[in-house]
Amino acid sequence: MSVLHGKTAPGEDLVVRGARVLDPAEGLDAVLDVRVDGGVIAQLGERLAVNGHRVVDGEGLVLAPAFVDPHVHLRTPGREDEETIASGTAAAAAGGFCAILAMPNTDPVVDSAAVLEGLIEAARLEAEVPVGFLAAISKGQLGEELTEMGELADAGAAGFSDDGRPVVSAGLMRRALQYASTTGLRLALHEEEPTLSKGGHVHEGTVSAELGFGGYPSVGESLMVERDLALAAYEGQPLHLLHLSARESVEALVRARAAGVQATGEVTPHHLVLTDEAVRSLDPNLKMSPPLRSEDDRKALVEALRNGDICAVASDHAPHARHEKEAPFEAAPFGVTGLETAFAALYTHLVLPGALRLETLLERMSAGPARAYALEPPRIAAGAPANLVLLDLERSWRVSAEGFRSRSANSWLLGETLRGSVVTTVAAGRVAFSA
Amino acid sequence: MPDIHVVSDDLRPPARPPRRHLLSIEDLSRDDVERLLATAHTFERSLEREVKKLPTLRGRTVITLFYESSTRTSSSFELAAKRLSADTMSIKAAGSSVDKGESLKDTALTLDAYDPDVIVIRHPQIGAPQLVARVTGAHVVNAGDGKHQHPTQALLDLYTIKAELGRIEGLHVAIVGDVLHSRVARSNIQALRLMGARVTLVGPPALLPRGIEAMGCETTTEIGAIADADVVYVLRMQQERMEAGSNFVPSLREYAARWGVTAARLRPGQKVMHPGPINRGVELSADVADRADTLIQDQVRAGLVTRMAVLYDLLTQGPAPVRELEEAVA
Repeated sequence: MSVLHGKTAPGEDLVVRGARVLDPAEGLDAVLDVRVDGGVIAQLGERLAVNGHRVVDGEGLVLAPAFVDPHVHLRTPGREDEETIASGTAAAAAGGFCAILAMPNTDPVVDSAAVLEGLIEAARLEAEVPVGFLAAISKGQLGEELTEMGELADAGAAGFSDDGRPVVSAGLMRRALQYASTTGLRLALHEEEPTLSKGGHVHEGTVSAELGFGGYPSVGESLMVERDLALAAYEGQPLHLLHLSARESVEALVRARAAGVQATGEVTPHHLVLTDEAVRSLDPNLKMSPPLRSEDDRKALVEALRNGDICAVASDHAPHARHEKEAPFEAAPFGVTGLETAFAALYTHLVLPGALRLETLLERMSAGPARAYALEPPRIAAGAPANLVLLDLERSWRVSAEGFRSRSANSWLLGETLRGSVVTTVAAGRVAFSA
Repeated sequence: MPDIHVVSDDLRPPARPPRRHLLSIEDLSRDDVERLLATAHTFERSLEREVKKLPTLRGRTVITLFYESSTRTSSSFELAAKRLSADTMSIKAAGSSVDKGESLKDTALTLDAYDPDVIVIRHPQIGAPQLVARVTGAHVVNAGDGKHQHPTQALLDLYTIKAELGRIEGLHVAIVGDVLHSRVARSNIQALRLMGARVTLVGPPALLPRGIEAMGCETTTEIGAIADADVVYVLRMQQERMEAGSNFVPSLREYAARWGVTAARLRPGQKVMHPGPINRGVELSADVADRADTLIQDQVRAGLVTRMAVLYDLLTQGPAPVRELEEAVA
C-alpha cells in the first residue's frame, strides 16, 4: 500500500512541447517533447503527435522530475488558521513538488490510527499533491511510550518522527529502532540535546555573545546525532536525520555511513544560504530551530549536499500566524515557510554563483529525498507516473507576503528578488499547478 | 484669503526632525557620543541653577513603557523629560492591558494613537524596542531589552568616567562578573571600545559568553586581572535570569569568595562602578560599596543629565542646537 495519499482523479493527457528535458538519473539532457497518456509518461521524442492532448509550451524552459519535500508542517489538525492540507499542498504544487511528507507534531499529535486515518481521508478530498503523513515515535511526542507503530503503518503512515522535539531517552530511541524495523518504515530524527539547547534562541557563537541571546551550541545537535548513529549501528537499523545544521553533525554522518550505517540526512534552504549573521536584524522570520549557524557550518552543509553525503533538501516549511511572528525576536515562535521558495532560493544562491550544479540540485530535491524514505523516485521515462516540473530559469520574481498559496507568510525571503520560477507542476499524473 | 492662525507660532512645537532612535550603542558614531556627553555636561550646569526646569521640549510628549522593574532608569527618564518641560506619561506593564493579554504591538499602537514624540521602552525580550520602532511613529529609546542592550546606561557610564578621570581613550576598564546576562556589559563593551578604551572581562567561565572576544575585548577567569585596570566595573549577579539547576556557579557564597570585588582585591586609586542594584556581599563587598571614592552615586546623577541629553538630541538636530542650548543656559 502506498504511503502517499491524495485526490484520486483520472490522469491527464498532456504533451509538453520543446522543453530542455533534464533527468540526471536517466542520463537525459535534450530538447524533447514529452507525451503523457492518462497520467503516465508514454513517449519522449522530437515533434510528437498531439493526438488532441492538452499542449503545454515548454520552449525555453526546463522540464525535470518534480520535487519531493521530506519535511513539511501542515499544521492540521489544530492550527488550520496557519495551514491546511488544501493550502499546504497548493503551496507545494506552486513550489514544484509532486509529493510531500507532513510531520506529526500537530494538536492532537498524530500518534493513533484514528488521527492518521482522519488526515488520510482529508488528503484524498483536498490534497493538490500526494501527502505522506509521518506518525509520532512516542505517544504525544512525550518521549515516554512508543506509539503503536504496527497499527500506524497498517493505517498508511509514511514513517515515524517526534519532529519538533528530540527523543531524549537513549533507551526509548533504541526500542524505537528495534520496533520500527518490523514496519519497514523510517525513523526521522530531530537531533537536539535539550539540556544543551535550553534557552537557546540562536546559534551559540560570536553573534549570540554580542546580541545577548541564549545560545544553542552546535554540539547540542551533533552529540545527539552521534548517539543515534551509534544506536543505529548497534541495532543495524536505518535512520534519517532531519534538518542538519552543524559541521560536526555532517562529519558524524559521514563517519557512520563509511562504517556501514544506513543513515541519510537532509538540509534546509535557509541553512544552505544564511548564517547567524542574519539574525542581527532581529527579524523574527529568521528564527528557526535548529538555528542558523556559522559560515563554516554553512559551507560544510553545501559541500555535503554537493557530494551526496546529505542526499535531500527539505523545506522544513513551518507556517506561523502573523500575529505570533509580530513579536520581539525572543518571544516569536521558531520556524519559517519554504515550500514556494525552495527551488528559487537555492537556484539563485547556490546554482547561479557556481556552488552547486543545476543537475545536483534537481537530484537532491527529487530522487534524493524519495530515496531517504524508500519512495519511488520521480523520473522522466516511458512508463513512469507523470511527476514533472516545468521551470523558467530566466524569470526573476520578488517574494512578497501577498503572493503565497500557503496560509502563512513567515518567509525568510520576503522582499528578496529570486531567479527561477515554477511554471507547471504535474503530480501523480495531474496538473497540480500552472503559473 | 488670509491664513487663519489658530495657534500662534511661539506655541507651536518646533518642526519634527527626521525620526531617529537609540536602540543600541551601534546606532552611534564616536562623534555622536562626544556630542551627547557635551550636551549632558551643559545640562549638568543648568541643574545648578535655582530653577532647574528648561523650556526646551515644551509641547513634546515622552512616554515611558516599562515591562520590567526599574528604579533608576524609569525615574531618571521621567525626571529628565520633566526637566525639559515635556509632557510625560509612565506606563508599567503590571496593572495595564498587558495583564489582559495585550500584545506588545497592540500596546505600542495604542500609545502611538496619542502621537508621542518619544517612547522609552524597557522589555525582558530582545527585539522589543525594534518592534515598537517598526509599528509606531515615535522616536524610540531602548531602556534595556533582555540581555541585549542598555545604551543610555553605557552613555551615563562614559559620562561618569570622563567626569572623574578626564578622558576615556586609553583607559583600561575591567568588567567583572555576570557578563552572560548583562545588557549593561554589552552596551558598555561597545561604548568603551568606540571611545578607545581597553576592556577586560573577568568572571567565572559559564558567565563569560563564548565568542564575546569578537567584540574587541579580552577575557579571563582570574580575578587578579582587575589589578591592572583604571576602572573596575562590577556587574550584578542576575539571579532572576538564572534558572534553578543551571549551575552557572556552584553557589553565591563561592562566587563571592572567588570573584567578589573586595577592598583587598583593589589597589588605591582604582575607581569602582556598578550599575545597580547591588547585591551587597556577593559581587561587591559592603565596605567597597560604601567607600567615598566609588562612583556609584555619580552614575545615578549622570543618568539624569545623560537621559536629558538623549531626549534633547533625538528631538533636535544635533551639533547646532547644542551650541544654541549652551548660549541659552549661559
